[in-house]
Amino acid sequence: MQKLLQLPVNAVNIVKGVQGVTQGQEEALSPVLTPDSGPQNWYSAVQPEELRHLRSGGTGGGGWGRGHDDLKEMLDSNKDSLKLEAMKRIVAMIARGKNASDLFPAVVKNVACKNIEVKKLVYVYLVRYAEEQQDLALLSISTFQRGLKDPNQLIRASALRVLSSIRVTIIVPIMMLAIKEAASDMSPYVRKTAAHAIPKLHSLDPEQKDQLIEVIEKLLADKTTLVAGSVVMAFEEVCPDRIDLIHKNYRKLCNLLIDVEEWGQVVIINMLTRYARTQFLNPNINESLLEENSEKAFYASDDEEEEDKKAEPATLAKRKPYVMDPDHRLLLRNTKPLLQSRNAAVVMAVAQLYFHLAPKAEVGIIAKALVRLMRSHSEVQYVVLQNVATMSIKRRGMFEPYLKSFYIRSTDPTQIKVLKLEVLTNLANETNISTILREFQTYIKSMDKDFVAASIQAIGRCATNIGEVRDTCLNGLVQLLSNRDELVVAESVVVIKKLLQMQPEQHSDIIKHMAKLIDNIQVPMARASILWLIGEYCEHVPKIAPDVLRKMAKSFTNEEDIVKLQIINLAAKLYLTNSKQSKLLTQYVLNLAKYDQNYDIRDRARFIRQLIVPTDKSGALSKYAKKLFLALKPAPVLESPFKDRDHFQLGSLSHLLNAKAAGYQELPNWPESAPDPSVRNVEIPDWSKCSSRKDRKEKKVEKPFYSDSEGESGPTESADSGNCESDSGSGSASASGSDESGSGSESEESGEETESDEEEEDEEEEKKKRKKLDKTKAKKQAEESAERCTIHTIHQISCIINFDQFDMNKITSVFSQTLAPSGSIKMYELLHRIKGEGLAVEYCFSRQPFSPEPNMVAVQIQFTNNTNSETKNLHIEDPRLQSGMRIREFAEIDVLAAGESVTVVMGIDFCDSTQAANFQLCTHTRKFFVSIQPPVGELMTPAFLTENDFKKEQGKLMGMNEILEKLTLGEKCVNEHVIVERVTATANLSRVPCGSDKECRFAGKTVSSGCLVLVTVTTKEGGGAQLTVNCEKMLIGTMLVKDILQALSQ
Amino acid sequence: MPNHPVPVPSSVLAALKNKTIHLSAAKMIHSLFLVNASGDIFLEKHWKSVVSRSVCDYFFEALERATEPENVPPVIPTPHHYLINVLRHRIYFVAVIQSEVPPLFVIEFLHRVVDTFQDYFGVCTEAAIKDNVVVVYELLEEMLDNGFPLATESNILKELIKPPTILRTVVNTITGSTNVGEQLPTGQLSVVPWRRTGVKYTNNEAYFDVIEEIDAIIDKSGSTITAEIQGVIDACVKLTGMPDLTLSFMNPRLLDDVSFHPCVRFKRWEAERILSFIPPDGNFRLLSYHVSSQNLVAIPVYVKHNISFREGSSQGRFELTLGPKQTMGKAVESVLVSSQLPRGVLNANLNPSQGTYTFDPVTKLLSWDVGKINPQKLPSLKGSMSLQAGASKPDENPTINIQFKIQQLAISGLKVNRLDMYGEKYKPFKGIKYMTKAGKFQVRT
Repeated sequence: MQKLLQLPVNAVNIVKGVQGVTQGQEEALSPVLTPDSGPQNWYSAVQPEELRHLRSGGTGGGGWGRGHDDLKEMLDSNKDSLKLEAMKRIVAMIARGKNASDLFPAVVKNVACKNIEVKKLVYVYLVRYAEEQQDLALLSISTFQRGLKDPNQLIRASALRVLSSIRVTIIVPIMMLAIKEAASDMSPYVRKTAAHAIPKLHSLDPEQKDQLIEVIEKLLADKTTLVAGSVVMAFEEVCPDRIDLIHKNYRKLCNLLIDVEEWGQVVIINMLTRYARTQFLNPNINESLLEENSEKAFYASDDEEEEDKKAEPATLAKRKPYVMDPDHRLLLRNTKPLLQSRNAAVVMAVAQLYFHLAPKAEVGIIAKALVRLMRSHSEVQYVVLQNVATMSIKRRGMFEPYLKSFYIRSTDPTQIKVLKLEVLTNLANETNISTILREFQTYIKSMDKDFVAASIQAIGRCATNIGEVRDTCLNGLVQLLSNRDELVVAESVVVIKKLLQMQPEQHSDIIKHMAKLIDNIQVPMARASILWLIGEYCEHVPKIAPDVLRKMAKSFTNEEDIVKLQIINLAAKLYLTNSKQSKLLTQYVLNLAKYDQNYDIRDRARFIRQLIVPTDKSGALSKYAKKLFLALKPAPVLESPFKDRDHFQLGSLSHLLNAKAAGYQELPNWPESAPDPSVRNVEIPDWSKCSSRKDRKEKKVEKPFYSDSEGESGPTESADSGNCESDSGSGSASASGSDESGSGSESEESGEETESDEEEEDEEEEKKKRKKLDKTKAKKQAEESAERCTIHTIHQISCIINFDQFDMNKITSVFSQTLAPSGSIKMYELLHRIKGEGLAVEYCFSRQPFSPEPNMVAVQIQFTNNTNSETKNLHIEDPRLQSGMRIREFAEIDVLAAGESVTVVMGIDFCDSTQAANFQLCTHTRKFFVSIQPPVGELMTPAFLTENDFKKEQGKLMGMNEILEKLTLGEKCVNEHVIVERVTATANLSRVPCGSDKECRFAGKTVSSGCLVLVTVTTKEGGGAQLTVNCEKMLIGTMLVKDILQALSQ
Repeated sequence: MPNHPVPVPSSVLAALKNKTIHLSAAKMIHSLFLVNASGDIFLEKHWKSVVSRSVCDYFFEALERATEPENVPPVIPTPHHYLINVLRHRIYFVAVIQSEVPPLFVIEFLHRVVDTFQDYFGVCTEAAIKDNVVVVYELLEEMLDNGFPLATESNILKELIKPPTILRTVVNTITGSTNVGEQLPTGQLSVVPWRRTGVKYTNNEAYFDVIEEIDAIIDKSGSTITAEIQGVIDACVKLTGMPDLTLSFMNPRLLDDVSFHPCVRFKRWEAERILSFIPPDGNFRLLSYHVSSQNLVAIPVYVKHNISFREGSSQGRFELTLGPKQTMGKAVESVLVSSQLPRGVLNANLNPSQGTYTFDPVTKLLSWDVGKINPQKLPSLKGSMSLQAGASKPDENPTINIQFKIQQLAISGLKVNRLDMYGEKYKPFKGIKYMTKAGKFQVRT
């Protein structure tokens, strides 16, 4: 048994490896918890002193032993299986809502248990009860604090997660410190966890807000997709009004958006919607005036589009032309692909963004996606329909093509049916009304009576909105009056009443018909409606009205209250118009009412009697009785309950409830004039290194303006083969060695693990430096910025379009492109002198065989000491590599004098992959995280083959291993010589002799596994050419093809 | 919880601005309650401070008001909280939130939770959840952090928490080992977060099912009021390593509106209409699509019906005949007809030419399991319905819902052209299956 119990030890081996030396010591320190001397894992144990305190507290406290002695015993045992069993039972208790708080002392000491599952369940317990048992919870803190320092990023993250979830006020300073530290952690995963911890701390202690905002500001500058969603979420909770923090990160967020995880996307899109409303101009500014007019005049007539066209030139002339801010456009363009997301919340978020921000002509694209969501679960349908209902009032044309998608099925739940009906009603116009009415007719025959009632109301609304069909609708409704179902009849009466109010003169026969109905209809609301109608239009039915009153007087006592009120009403009106016939009846009714049980009715009777029956005491008002009662009443407006709901941000909870929910951020109105757009510009630090004017110019075109946002982690990096061109733009810009920030960020970040974010650490310092730079450059920038802004934005958009989601394999193309034009060996930057505090490090692939280990790629590294003091003990530490990869470090450099340079060679076995090698570069004072990523062409060494060998080998590598690609040679690729130069510059290959002058052949072997790489370029007449790559490693082949294509077609 | 805004004069509000802001600081999902069909809370989980389960009383009120279980409003406001619920498998998942959050965000997440449970336990029933309460708790813990979604991708979750299997349960009880992943989860850190690392299979297979559903409303006279095709491609991919797949169609133009699994490279689709992706391991939905409504939709079955009640008589006539229409020569199978008869109908005495029928006198639901349609001998269901004595002729018209399946046919005509794999050396087995089903296929009478 004991042996079996040690099984989970395997789980820990990975951690063990990293923890290394510390383990042994820890074990020795905590004998209490490690009777079976298994290796420590995850976190180190609670200190023995704490434990003793805990134990005595446990037995001494006494109060907690009551119901759970067996569980307590199991937890105290030294068998993991028993502990696990106990924890499982406790968690089941928590799940059922049972109180398990008395077990706290027994549970908390297992926080350092070796068994991962026990530990996880202890966390669950801790997070649940720590708030109630603050003092005891404190005992677990030191365990987490130690976890925060663990070399394994997952353990650091997990420790921070639990620590921040324990809602104990006293540890606020510890949490703050931990968050701050984690925010500059080199692992993006830990930084993400830090972002998650921010709102937790904020809700625990709002006093920390200012400090937390600083952390948010720092994390907002993060370039990894992993962090982006979480930090914006923190932003939204802690300081949603600090829109100024977004400026500098706006473009980056737009560009990262597609690669952020789904939930983060929703949060970012919602935030950016608000942001855009404060920063950009209303794109529909020219139409908004018009819209208002048209809406008043024709609620449902002319096709809006047509109208706009006619009126547009006129209004346009009056206003100054509207030009959309390129950043506004960027947002719209980058969110559009997300309409294709499988996540309904993302689609809805984009839809509301378009609704609130896009020019009218473009909003239409969201309709299709929203209609698609209606296929989803009924809850999703419900929310989407609510939003469609609101949208369809403002932008009816948008959903008209999808009219039939809103047709109702008998199997829909009632709440969905009613919403669909709402949408159909909003969409009705002259052209489609006949189809819609036909559809409504079938609805009236439904078995779902609530739905039938809603359908009748919908018909009523169509009739009021569209004059042409009013009579048809009225006739249809009158027919319904003979329906067998009383509810249907009642609802029809109510709707007819409203319709008749519009033109009572023409419809006295309908009123007569309804007067007859009073004998049969029992539904109070309907009876009341009929009575009101007769009273109101008693002059149109002078003979019938008194008769109805007679009947009603008879049944008065048995009527419902609302009917009674209407009877009084009818009596009063008749008394005023036809007192001869109805005087007595009225008196009788009023007398009955006087003794009614309902005080409302008694009051009304008293009031009316005073008003209409002339007595000596009657006041001045009775003169006006007729005017009061028989005033012309305006026809009711039947309008959608969704009208004007769009002042709430669509898709929000507040919109759904039509009431402001707690924490709702108002959607701001468009500004009158746009705030300064340059606030979103991100400065490009230090142009000074650019040698020639020409050089600089080139970069200006290629480089997206906001260089910082460029090189984030793998996913966005590259594009498919189809769109190399603009990709190369962004890629080479950030990789070109001479530009600081570009190459800096590239080498830091390109590895997908992105462990090497030294920028964070030095940020403070860098900021200061940047500020200085800013001042000197301020003037120059101001001049240039406006012009540059547009150029860059256009360019950046085209880059973004080509971003592919996750093609990590093709990252290298980015590098090799930069190699191509020069032909000489390219230097890459490993550490910039500013970040390196004076130490500048560059590297290149020397293409020399690495003698100690032939299957390693030789990397030549050049250190330059730009400081005034000497740097000592330069060496490599702590390499973090993909599995299989190896590093051969260079010998430590003891001293590097001020101003001196030194070159060393190190070997890296990349395992024939383009994954980055990450490691720390250490001096006697500092450590820098750096990474080296090879272009695919550097993963091979030349192989020398004869023509025959070449053909033979090529014959073996056919089919899947062969990649053929047609291309057009670039202008400068005039002769064989240039082709050879370009190919060999791209990849470390050797030329293979060839008989034909139309063909160039190259051969090489991959460095680490020695697979052959064969390249053939066949030129054709007129600049055409065909590229063939044969390689067993298809990935290498594909990437190589891309790189060579790029080099040749330039 | 006391965190709710109290009406305060605006001048005071302005002064308190900094104070009041933190009142909103409890976003996203606060707690989750699972409620079964009989209205018992059988599981609760809190991600922040504990919310008393009495908050669910507002939900129960709404439940009582609703005539049908699916008519409970998805969002219910209460004085201090908002309840957002979804109903799946006869379980209500009720999320408690305290402040503004997009409702779809919560709804979508809750559905994701249900999908995950289903993925883990095969079914998502009250019994399955109760049996696996610890795994459920562990999952919920990983899926939300402080109420904000953390890991919702099934491949990542499975690395963190292994799904229970019978074998593992036995082993665990004997050895005391755990369900918690023994390896550190790296998926979240990789560029391909939806795929596990180190996948190995002896048989490398990739199956793709193209499933199309026809949604249609047919009117009384048999003409089509509306018909559309919604399709999905579900995949089951069991491939070693990190395969990179491309899938192309013969006629991609058919696809009018598509939504992708996040693994699909959108740009490639935009440019070349090719699906290029590194697949998740196991089962997943690659794509769902809508076939443009411009294309005429083939309706594979027709229905001849005569359902009538005579005035004054307590009998009604019922006649229904099904036949194949545009089936492209394929057999129509698994046909199931159901209809909600008017409330006045007491009983139905019918005679099916094939299959069996049932009539539930309480719910008035008639269902007829037809099976396969034989074009030579059309299935029919004829007979009489008895009405309540003295009741007047019902004026509702029942609608007829039809389900069917057609194997080896995608009714839109969509065809997969080829499927290629890059990035790995072995030759996988590739399979593609087509199927057409009835979606919401309704015939009005």
